[in-house]
Amino acid sequence: MICLGIEGTAHTIGVGIAEDVNEKCKVLANIIKMYQPKEGGIHPREAANHHATFIGDLIIKAIETAKIDKKDIDLIAFSKGPGLGPCLRTAATAARALSLTLNKSIVGVNHCVAHIEIGRGTTGCRDPVLLYVSGANTQTIAFAEGKYRVFGETLDIGIGNMLDKFGRTIGLEFPCGPKIEKLAEKGKKYIDLPYSIKGMDVAFSGLLTAAENIARDKKQRLEDICYSIQETAFAALTEITERAMAHTEKNEVLLGGGVACNKRLREMVKTMAKERGAKFYVPRNNLCVDNGAMIAWNGILMYQSGTKMSIKETTIDQKYRTDMVDVKWR
Amino acid sequence: MAVKKKIIYRGAEAEILLSKYLNYRAIEKRRIEKKYRIKELDHKLRAIRTKEEAKLMIEARKNDVPVPIIYDVDLKNCTITMEYLQGKKLKDILNNVSEKERKKLCKMIGENIAKLHNNNIIHGDITTSNMILFNGKIHFIDFGLGELNSEIEAKGTDLHVLMEAFEATHFKHPKCFQYVLQGYQSKLKDDAKQVIKKIEEIVKRGRYR
Repeated sequence: MICLGIEGTAHTIGVGIAEDVNEKCKVLANIIKMYQPKEGGIHPREAANHHATFIGDLIIKAIETAKIDKKDIDLIAFSKGPGLGPCLRTAATAARALSLTLNKSIVGVNHCVAHIEIGRGTTGCRDPVLLYVSGANTQTIAFAEGKYRVFGETLDIGIGNMLDKFGRTIGLEFPCGPKIEKLAEKGKKYIDLPYSIKGMDVAFSGLLTAAENIARDKKQRLEDICYSIQETAFAALTEITERAMAHTEKNEVLLGGGVACNKRLREMVKTMAKERGAKFYVPRNNLCVDNGAMIAWNGILMYQSGTKMSIKETTIDQKYRTDMVDVKWR
Repeated sequence: MAVKKKIIYRGAEAEILLSKYLNYRAIEKRRIEKKYRIKELDHKLRAIRTKEEAKLMIEARKNDVPVPIIYDVDLKNCTITMEYLQGKKLKDILNNVSEKERKKLCKMIGENIAKLHNNNIIHGDITTSNMILFNGKIHFIDFGLGELNSEIEAKGTDLHVLMEAFEATHFKHPKCFQYVLQGYQSKLKDDAKQVIKKIEEIVKRGRYR
């Protein structure tokens, strides 16, 4: 079965085409385009306009890249949520139009669950704890009796959001994570920052405020501040992941989300896994960030396990939580 | 003479070893070095948590909350030697008893938490993995993320951790947390409604709520 998936929850519009081969995911095409605000954070309407401008071309390009004919597509999938309303609506509208034009079935996918499934579909892990780290999302997720359940999550802002906000304070452009990573590589001195863990949850607002204040004082090197932010925040993320693994008694860990591209975070989670005799998995970078291939792959899993949606049911849900999805394919 | 001690449990941050103190059966909780984090942070976290844990367990015991007796604290090696409780983890019990028994146990949990909060003891990691049923009483363990704090915010956060643990681990029994709050309300000296309101506020701060 071949599925075309459209991702559009936030800054990225993406079209991916996936095929199931022996119950594994084969990515035939995966093209993304990212909206970059000139200043400040994501403006939802501007992002949606950006997505509307490019979605048509992306669909054509993805079909060309996959070297298939549009008749070969069996299913259309789209990101139902969670995310920014205007962006979600734009992607859903494109998916509906495509479904009606090609006369193919359509399913709406939970974006967070898609991040797990693309990891399971492409890396070989079976029953992992996922550390899902992106701009908006920071969660530890594991499967238990029919649902992906959230064991730990941020109590305030997502890790990527925290990095972006700090980055803006020091004049970096969105997305700030990769730029902070570069600066952190040159950091040497650890500056004490708030380390906030509540049970299996984390919180970053205190860390952000403290780091911003230190940056404004201009007494410390920027490189050292970035280094300290990464060391503190990523240690907290690694710790809640280990706590979720101990609690659920699972011995695989999977990384996902845009921040999973960060090399230091990868190294830390990998070391943690090694120390407790667990296995570490991370998908390719272009499958970690928001992308259409993960939506397509999750669409296949849903459709094959019996989920069918009429056009009327293809609504979006800005607050579509991970634990709301009935996982029929496991 | 160094005796090789048997590890009976490996948690996320500590190893539990079977040990002896004088003639008592004991366990050693050893916070092990974590290589994933830098040395400065690693040592700071392990030392603070060991110290806080010992302090809070003694406070809890003074205030009639069942906890293991502390025999010794070794800050250099981040190790606490404490009483060995041959009981069962509440996580493994709670899903397998009658609703009536579950209600009784959850109320006991709530009463324990109220007694802690009456004395401004914040546990920091209240989950059913950190409770042991022993001699008919629910004993609290793992105070490493705790603190002394009188604010309603801290008390609300403390209960919010348990609420989430119930949602993820005991989802088949949705009334558990309500029972806990009943027990909590019955023993809390201050107005429990304020804390309950705070929990709702904390939930709303999260993503997609």
